[in-house]
Amino acid sequence: MEAAAEPGNLAGVRHIILVLSGKGGVGKSTISTELALALRHAGKKGKAVHQCDSGWVPVFVDQEQSISLMSVGFLLEKPDEAVVWRGPKKNALIKQFVSDVAWGQLDYLVVDTPPGTSDEHMAVVDALRPYSPLGALVVTTPQAVSVGDVRRELTFCKKVGLRVIGVVENMSGFVCPHCAECTNIFSRGGGEELARHAGVPFLGSVPLDPELTRSLEEGRDFIQGFPESPAFPALSCIAQKILNEAPVGLC
Amino acid sequence: MEEVPHDCPGVSSAQAGRGASCQGCPNQGICASGAGAAPDPAIEEIKERMKTVKHKILVLSGKGGVGKSTFSAHLAHGLAEDENTQVALLDIDICGPSIPKIMGLEGEQVHQSGSGWSPVFLEDNLGVMSVGFLLSSPDDAVIWRGPKKNGMIKQFLRDVDWGEVDYLIVDTPPGTSDEHLSAVQYLAAAHIDGAVIITTPQEVSLQDVRKEISFCHKVKLPIIGVVENMSSFTCPKCQESQIFPPTTGGAEVMCQDLKVPLLGKVPLDPRIGKSCDKGESFFAEVPDSPATLAYRSIIQRIQESCSLRQPKGENLVGS
Repeated sequence: MEAAAEPGNLAGVRHIILVLSGKGGVGKSTISTELALALRHAGKKGKAVHQCDSGWVPVFVDQEQSISLMSVGFLLEKPDEAVVWRGPKKNALIKQFVSDVAWGQLDYLVVDTPPGTSDEHMAVVDALRPYSPLGALVVTTPQAVSVGDVRRELTFCKKVGLRVIGVVENMSGFVCPHCAECTNIFSRGGGEELARHAGVPFLGSVPLDPELTRSLEEGRDFIQGFPESPAFPALSCIAQKILNEAPVGLC
Repeated sequence: MEEVPHDCPGVSSAQAGRGASCQGCPNQGICASGAGAAPDPAIEEIKERMKTVKHKILVLSGKGGVGKSTFSAHLAHGLAEDENTQVALLDIDICGPSIPKIMGLEGEQVHQSGSGWSPVFLEDNLGVMSVGFLLSSPDDAVIWRGPKKNGMIKQFLRDVDWGEVDYLIVDTPPGTSDEHLSAVQYLAAAHIDGAVIITTPQEVSLQDVRKEISFCHKVKLPIIGVVENMSSFTCPKCQESQIFPPTTGGAEVMCQDLKVPLLGKVPLDPRIGKSCDKGESFFAEVPDSPATLAYRSIIQRIQESCSLRQPKGENLVGS
């Protein structure tokens, strides 16, 4: 029996998307960031987010306050400080992030996760269950070693009753900026094959673009700055598919 | 093992299980009974088991996907090329065990013998253990919380009969959590040579790796050095590109800042990924790639570092 959604800090959030992978380093955080940017560009612009007295206030990315963030990174005194916590402590913080952050009115909440199928994943699925998340975006790279781990993540989703919105294949080919020769550095085809095997939608392939990496590191808006990039059409397409599934309507 | 003291009083403190912040903690009962204060008997048992293991190397990274398992596997391959060197590769990534695939041992099973679990042998002198060998299907998910993962790691260290081993390489998942704490804690009495930390050149990676270095300092784990993986890519048609641009100077600058050795830089070669997918040694597949040469040089430096750390009174074998 599902607990009724408490009128807490997530009451004003329309759609919740978890970004998962069994594998590390496939681009979950990159895709989460780019998805947030793409949704912002394609969807409602300049949507104000209320600030609240009670609870933690998320950090706003931009002047218009259309994207806000919460991360343990903001709670560290020094950026190199290691968070050496065992499971229970991590679970407690995740619960706090869900219940104590004053998100206000949001169209989309994108939840970036670490690799694996352990404490953090169970904690966040449990904490978000009353709010009926839209589902999970599962990220992989094309090669078999990645797909091997991500298959297990898809099993996790099934076991915990989390719907899979689809699979994204990241780092799918590298187009050399000098000669436009496309090299499949991390192999190819694995993501599509995985989606087919698991019976879930394949949302698209995002190629490797060092400009994307660079712009992330420098905190620039890739979607705004690089519409010419080979990664741009793929990312926009993925965002559009999510928007089609979960429109926010007129306001 | 010390935890960052926020609200947990610590498992060995007088307040363990009794403090206000203990309410609701799943370990409250254990702490309150005083069991947390006693040293885990497994630590002594593991020390005994590790007496036949000369060198122990942890392969770490704060960041996922930088090439820890690829590196661990090839470190094992490289060391085992000398028939007289006994090598053991232990995969403690419980949720995402990649080592069986990379070593071409998928589908193998672990056997029990009188002296413990037998590792899966790729060669006579190269044994491998991973939770992957205990799963019946490639789709099986290991959905375990920390304590259960720790229990598995304890079993791997205590119950696997490695025999006489020159190098035990421990491949870890990304992060600084249960698995890493457990590995260091259980091996505490058995003398770890040190950690090899893998990174890629970009700041997003280095940021996590600095935390890993901080973790090593916190738990007093010596650092053998850092490897910068996926350093550059040479397009087969023309020239070099940086796929993961070193926006803040890459591993070189980080190592200088933090005063840890840079063991080497490995370039991106698409054939590495292919070899791993096929479960074959990259050294055998592409012996003259610049990546192979880089790996070999790094392995040499690791061997040299281990022989310097040799405890007094023991003979050097196979190095």
